Amino acid sequence: MHEVNYLRPKNLAEAVQLYRITSGCRLLAGGTDLMVMLHARTLRPEPRALLDVWSLPELKGVRRVNETLEIGAAESYTAIIRSPDVQRDLPALVAAAGTIGAAQIQNRGTLGGNLANASPAGDTLPLLLAYDAVVVTDRRSIAIDKFFTGYRKTALQSDELITAVRFPLGRQVEFRKVGTRAAQAISKVVMAVSRRPARIAIGSVAEVPLRARGAESALERNDVEGAIAAVAEDIRPIDDVRSTAAYRRAVTQNVLRQLLESVRT
Amino acid sequence: MVTTSTIGRSVPRREGAAKVTGAARYTDDLVVPGAWYGKTIRSTVPRGRIRSITLDPTFDWSRVVVVTADDIPGDNVVQLIRDDQPVLAPKGGEIRHKEEPILLLAAADRGTLEEAARHVRIDLEHLPPVYALEEATEVFTTLEISKGTVVNDLEDGVVVERTFRVGLQEQLYIEPQGAIAIPEANGAIKVIGSLQCPYYVHRALKRALKLNDQQAVVVQAETGGGFGGKEEYPSIVAVHAALLARKAGRPVRLIYDRHEDLAATTKRHPGVITHRTAVKKDGTLVSQDIEIVLDGGAYCTLTPVVLSRAAIHAAGAYSCPNVRIRARAVATNTPPNGAFRGFGAPQSLFAAELMVEHVAERLGMSSVDLRRQWMLRLGDTTATGQVLTESVGSELVLDAALKAAPHVGTSERRHVRRGRGLSLVFHGSGFTGSGEKKLQGTIGFEALADGTFRILTASTEIGQGTKTIFCQLAADALGVGLDKVVLAPQDTSLVPDSGPTVASRTAMIVGRLVQEAATEVKERLKREQAPLRVEKSYIQPDSIHWDENTYRGDAYPVYAWACTIADVDVDMTTGEVRVTDLVTAVDCGKALHPVMAEGQIEGGCLQAVGWATIEEIKMKDGGYQNDRLATYLIPTALDAPRIRTILVENPYSRGPFGAKGIGELPMDGPAPAIIAAIHDATGVWLDEIPATPEKVLAACASR
Amino acid sequence: MRFTLNGTAVSLDVVGTRRLLDVLREDLHLTGTKEGCGEGECGACSVIVDGEVVDSCLVAVGQVEGCKVITVEGLADGGRLTALQQAFIEHGAAQCGICTPGMLLAAHVLLQQAKRLSAADVREGLAGNLCRCTGYTKIIDAVLACTK
Repeated sequence: MHEVNYLRPKNLAEAVQLYRITSGCRLLAGGTDLMVMLHARTLRPEPRALLDVWSLPELKGVRRVNETLEIGAAESYTAIIRSPDVQRDLPALVAAAGTIGAAQIQNRGTLGGNLANASPAGDTLPLLLAYDAVVVTDRRSIAIDKFFTGYRKTALQSDELITAVRFPLGRQVEFRKVGTRAAQAISKVVMAVSRRPARIAIGSVAEVPLRARGAESALERNDVEGAIAAVAEDIRPIDDVRSTAAYRRAVTQNVLRQLLESVRT
Repeated sequence: MVTTSTIGRSVPRREGAAKVTGAARYTDDLVVPGAWYGKTIRSTVPRGRIRSITLDPTFDWSRVVVVTADDIPGDNVVQLIRDDQPVLAPKGGEIRHKEEPILLLAAADRGTLEEAARHVRIDLEHLPPVYALEEATEVFTTLEISKGTVVNDLEDGVVVERTFRVGLQEQLYIEPQGAIAIPEANGAIKVIGSLQCPYYVHRALKRALKLNDQQAVVVQAETGGGFGGKEEYPSIVAVHAALLARKAGRPVRLIYDRHEDLAATTKRHPGVITHRTAVKKDGTLVSQDIEIVLDGGAYCTLTPVVLSRAAIHAAGAYSCPNVRIRARAVATNTPPNGAFRGFGAPQSLFAAELMVEHVAERLGMSSVDLRRQWMLRLGDTTATGQVLTESVGSELVLDAALKAAPHVGTSERRHVRRGRGLSLVFHGSGFTGSGEKKLQGTIGFEALADGTFRILTASTEIGQGTKTIFCQLAADALGVGLDKVVLAPQDTSLVPDSGPTVASRTAMIVGRLVQEAATEVKERLKREQAPLRVEKSYIQPDSIHWDENTYRGDAYPVYAWACTIADVDVDMTTGEVRVTDLVTAVDCGKALHPVMAEGQIEGGCLQAVGWATIEEIKMKDGGYQNDRLATYLIPTALDAPRIRTILVENPYSRGPFGAKGIGELPMDGPAPAIIAAIHDATGVWLDEIPATPEKVLAACASR
Repeated sequence: MRFTLNGTAVSLDVVGTRRLLDVLREDLHLTGTKEGCGEGECGACSVIVDGEVVDSCLVAVGQVEGCKVITVEGLADGGRLTALQQAFIEHGAAQCGICTPGMLLAAHVLLQQAKRLSAADVREGLAGNLCRCTGYTKIIDAVLACTK
């Protein structure tokens, strides 16, 4: 019987070490993606071990670090939503986290997990782009707009471990997710918008969570109609089981208009 | 001492305590020592021929039991209506759909089973498939209902023509299909499973495994939802498990995971329905000319009966002097479609109800007023020529729903439009025409020596309340407390064939038998001593006349009625439709257990809401793209509307205390009401469900 | 590995990557927790871990080391049903019953965490538990009947 080993390091240093030296090792946090794939045996290559980082104290918590708010990579979305610091400083993150799955998923889902997974439909990922968040790993910091390198591919090295995500303060971001139903839905379009600086980040409309650069340029010039027109060219949506390219294009434009109306100028 | 009857009171569910403590045992919960695990190997092509089946010699096959069509001792046929569906596709035989079962495997543990599955190579010759209903050439069955003479034009009136489409729907019982087969002495095989109809499975086992009545034993385990999806499909699971158990000489558990269940099991028949309706300018309904085409998928299963129900309900709950309904069911190389709550009627009623809206719009009339004009009333004649002699709840439910509907405001959000729609439907209770007569459903009833009473029936509890209601009826007839009445397990070696648990018949037809048997036993106990046993079988009343050949006469013993009002919010930026409120008035004859009656209505309504809005199955190369719960979406608690049910009691003389069957009726009303509500909100008419945001947004944009 | 299950200490020798769902059902013979999908979509496998409701099909058993786990079997106090379980029976919140264990646990946590629940709160709190039988109406009624 094909058995996958369970490794549970006591602290981050041990985790980093184990991850480096164990071949065929996958990181396990909340398991909301990994455990499904493990059971269905769709992970490629098939792992030999799971390294459980869910309980590492260094990966939990919400704290101020200089002029940023830093959230541990394995902090659950529920804890993020309940954090007074996040509620005060990053209300859009509270809104976004609340659209993920439902209670059970929010209790286990993490920023670290969603970043490593790099699904183009990840609900919080456009938000990270709109905030210009920074992905902190065991060895460096990676700017979010350098993080997603291709379909479900990241800039992480093969043994690199995400430890936290840092958010700058004082930016107003508006968020909207459009899914098939009110809960437990993979998004068809998910968008985060900031006016100052001009950031328009969208998920489920390309193979990566995307910054709509053309639309951002127009927005920088305060050309709202121009931004709405340009965004249709910035994105590359497809027809898939959930929706159509035409719908995603139309809704992207409609949602952008709506969010720009809500963001203070 | 007289015990108070519980009829009309919402007593605790008989098996409720077990269900809320986790003690209830569903199929996969049962521990069977020594059981192996089974798996079905299926076709990956929608149409083809098996050239060869190879078991990779690098794998150790001594640890695995393999069953092919060659291992079937009886007929390689899934016993249903037509003998067209094989239990396993034979070598050289034609594969007609993706996921068609070819081979079965069993092993001691799941790991070995998965490994074995990876080492099976099936070489298939591809044949050109037919997917689209419009391109299908093979016809399973046709049917025509005629009354008077339809007209194609009208001098002092208008003729409105419209075509509607309805989509596939998965029953999505939260407990997937599963069966455990246990070989017993003397060649007997017992199958315990998640199922609605023990005797359907019994017949299928006898046929395929060449067993007699005693050797085949079928036991229903606690079943986690059925909705028709476990009417006929379990016969396949059971026969597969039994074949494996027979060859392995040990028990085998064949439990589907959700992906397999979604990909391979039956769905609601999709279809296209066209109406041509002639009306006078004053709204008088002159003629309805209706065509129905349903897609049966690759094999016949229960398609002729689905088509029958669709056709009989196709003219809607209305009185019309001239009706022609031409219905046909065609074959495509897609997985076979089958029973799902409503069974053809939701499909045809969807079209019938929207036609009322379109005609009303053309005439510049209110569709509610038009319904009042057209609706069937006591003494009227249906499309099959049945005179409705009693229990017609049409106007009662219409008035009750209108009265109860909440006030509609406008949305506070600028981009959201509110709308309201209404539908009026009916649904025949019990089997069609001579169906109940042919079934001759039977129950046993015993007075035991210890002063308790036992009901012996194959009617199953699948959440709808069978066990509770039967005990209520028996206790009431006997004048004893509920605690004095028990039920024998739904085990074919113990109980007679009461007919299947389908067709909105269990309370009305079988419940009535329970009542009659209990009454008889009570009488006999005045002269005799327990133990006593009686059997009661359904006897068709002389007043019911049905001609199977002309499709004319009394199609159903009685109809139940419902009026549904749906309120929707349509988000104009995304096309999303949210059903916020649903009010439904249901003429149920008599609510034997009001909470359970409401439960059936609320649950059925939400299934219809899902069918109308978010439950979509996209096909790709003859298979379903939506084959995981992440992609086949049913409403969550956050999506579900507030549902308000009004029970209207308009008794039927032959139902127990006047009760009529209502299990399927709730499926019929919401979908057309929602489409009408979307029109009310946006001015846009959709002709197709599901009314996905993609369709709504596109329709609004092109307006 | 060790954890507390329904108030009792449990010690198991199992591969840590196995799903908690499978260990509960197969090793510990607690079949109240159900598998409806294996994908974290239906909530039928919900259990409570350290006071929060999670899908046990998504939890590797090794992850509950030292945790307090509650399954549906742990709700009733020695055969005495909780007010919530009683309410489920009274209000008709269980029909086929397959979603009921998960639904009860999710509702249990909701009731514990909030002083007073509205219908909207209940809908949101139960959004991760699919029910196909009831239309949710009577489930919400039952939970509201238990809130202050």
